[in-house]
Amino acid sequence: MSPSRKPTQASRRSVYHRPVSLVNKPTHFCPGCGHGTAHKLIAEVLDSLKIREKTIGVAPVGCAVMAYYYLNCDISEAAHGRTPAVATGIKRCLPDRIVFSYQGDGDLAAIGMAETIHAANRGENITVIFVNNSVYGMTGGQMAPTTLSGQKTVTSPCGRDAHTMGSPIRVCELLNTLDAPWHIERVALDSPAGVRKTRKALLTAFKGQMEGKGYSLVEILSPCPIHMRLSPLEAVRFVKEGMVPAFPLGVFRREGKPVA
Amino acid sequence: MSPRLYSLTIDRERCKGCELCVDVCPRTVLALSPKLNSRGQHYAFVTNPASCIGCAQCSDMCPDAAIEIDEEESAHA
Repeated sequence: MSPSRKPTQASRRSVYHRPVSLVNKPTHFCPGCGHGTAHKLIAEVLDSLKIREKTIGVAPVGCAVMAYYYLNCDISEAAHGRTPAVATGIKRCLPDRIVFSYQGDGDLAAIGMAETIHAANRGENITVIFVNNSVYGMTGGQMAPTTLSGQKTVTSPCGRDAHTMGSPIRVCELLNTLDAPWHIERVALDSPAGVRKTRKALLTAFKGQMEGKGYSLVEILSPCPIHMRLSPLEAVRFVKEGMVPAFPLGVFRREGKPVA
Repeated sequence: MSPRLYSLTIDRERCKGCELCVDVCPRTVLALSPKLNSRGQHYAFVTNPASCIGCAQCSDMCPDAAIEIDEEESAHA
């Protein structure tokens, strides 16, 4: 826009501005990576609920390990997969704080599956944000528990074979069999509508925690262009056409009750 | 109703040229520049500012929060 058309500050109305809870520096994520979008949405929710000053995040091991560089709230780092356990400890010691854990699929669904299930089963009043991109991103695109059947990765070069490597784990459905969770929802960063649904899901989860409702998990299907070996646009299409049929979207648990 | 004007600001140093914003824009307001930013990546820029309807789909999709949108007071108001 040319400087001559630039209006004065008083005549402007903000449509979208970068959230204050996001540190103003470029991320290390690859072009088109869904982690950036997920970080942005968390920051927006912290801004809109005005809880940045009393929020403590727990960062995982994986691509999102450096969440503490980008989210402008207190963040602790946990050992690989132990994020829900650390979040449990923080929340029990400081029950007036908002505690969330941010985890990838390798962290939550592989090495951290025990912690994930038990934190959910205890109904800890924490919010778990689960970014599912179907591969191990940080270590070089190896097969994850959430890799789709037939999907090629560096450790399943002929495609994931269900007979020898199992089928993808559907974490939301798995946790929905437990009694304690309050909110479980799966969303996808496959379109602007998906991004808006993700924002709404995160808002529901954080609001629930503020009201002391209990455990909430938001699974975000996210593109990993580099390890899906696709361009960013193709990776978003893969999320929509490949991942969404395998991981159905929707609310699985609302207000503590399974959604039929 | 007088036409609304929106101004898009793209932080070219944050942009990584993933093109998601260019793809979702319903009015072809954005394009990828042939030039490179300091990180060596083609950045998105505004080619057609008058067509912007302020739908914020580009800023929603942007993984790098590089796009900011303001509504300006209409020139014809």
